[in-house]
Amino acid sequence: MGSWKVRWGINRMEYKVAPGLYGIGEPGEDSPVLVTANYKMTFDRLRKELSGVNAWVLVINTRGINVWCSAGKGTFNATEIARVIAMTNLSWVVSHRTLVLPQLSAVGVAAHRLLKISGFRVIYGPVRACDLPKFLGAGMKASPQMRRVNFGFADRLVLIPIELVRVIKIVIAAYLVIFILNLLKIWSVSYLATLPYLGAVVAGCVLTPALLPWIPGRSFAWKGWLLGLLWSTAVILYSFPAVPSGWTKALVYLLILPALSSYLAVNFTGSSTFTSLSGVKRELKVALPAAIISAGLGVVLLFLNQFVL
Amino acid sequence: MKYLKNVVTLDLDEEKCTGCGICAEVCPHQVFKIINKKAAIQDRDSCMECGACAINCPFSAISVAAGAGCAQAIIKGKLGKGEICC
Ligand code: SF4
Ligand code: SF4
Repeated sequence: MGSWKVRWGINRMEYKVAPGLYGIGEPGEDSPVLVTANYKMTFDRLRKELSGVNAWVLVINTRGINVWCSAGKGTFNATEIARVIAMTNLSWVVSHRTLVLPQLSAVGVAAHRLLKISGFRVIYGPVRACDLPKFLGAGMKASPQMRRVNFGFADRLVLIPIELVRVIKIVIAAYLVIFILNLLKIWSVSYLATLPYLGAVVAGCVLTPALLPWIPGRSFAWKGWLLGLLWSTAVILYSFPAVPSGWTKALVYLLILPALSSYLAVNFTGSSTFTSLSGVKRELKVALPAAIISAGLGVVLLFLNQFVL
Repeated sequence: MKYLKNVVTLDLDEEKCTGCGICAEVCPHQVFKIINKKAAIQDRDSCMECGACAINCPFSAISVAAGAGCAQAIIKGKLGKGEICC
């Protein structure tokens, strides 16, 4: 329930663990020390995966944010780890001088600097907590599989809600506006006529992420545009004979729907684990103006069609 | 899954490299390989510019313009707002 709420962006801030040293099983002075973020979901996962192992868990203060994001933001860093090492008197608790860090924290931690300021040597562990028992069992050796970041179907599915929550708020606001316009008889819009737009939103934020590797091309904006185009074609084929003002309406759909899907799809780069900053910048340089111009023309045409023609 | 070709800013100075292997260890996309006691970039297009290799190289042999490849953050940045990724 807790993790469900966190994924949907509800009360994200309440899910913190107090920084400090925690024991799992019956750890002694030879037991390994694993460092992690004070995000409750991360901590609980770690504890679950380590059941049956004797180990220390050093929780540092990342302000309740997970390993990857806090390392990227700079809160998961060598200075903070050294601070908690000192705070917990770790050098008295264990006889060795080795810390196991999650591999993804490497973005924020300079291992050679941590060694210099704390005397503890860093070994980067596996990317996923579920590989930890195997890693520890193999004498702290990670296989190439343990080091690789995957972005499989399941990984992508759990990230879709994050995007969706952002968009749903805007969708609800749009429906409120339509409702008020209808109520005040300023402009009557049938709810049925909004379905093509809703479909484009789904194509951009749900279908594109889910089907990512199977959509041709490399750019996210392009993949989203392609699915949006497929959806508009379906809408046009379905509704063409019934719509009297056929051609203009079809053009409106072709200008707005793929642009909308494309924009939403490119936002999924924030959740992906393989897009580079330079790459996203390059995509946006083309995709953003293109989407704005295309959708803008579509909206103009829609108004002309509605009020002038 | 591969992202765009020939965009990343990753750069390796082989003169400074001692072949310690940390970069190959921390990279989540296996971009580096140690060949003949020197690091070599073997899969440049898979680099996500996370910066883990550069910050962990004890000899400052790697440079990369690191940052989150996240459209929201870039757009918000252009609009003059702080980034909101993650
Ligand atoms: S971390 Fe630096 S010194 Fe070590 S192998 Fe990589 S590039 Fe060379
Ligand atoms: S920046 Fe990140 S993804 Fe790119 S080579 Fe370095 S560690 Fe690998």
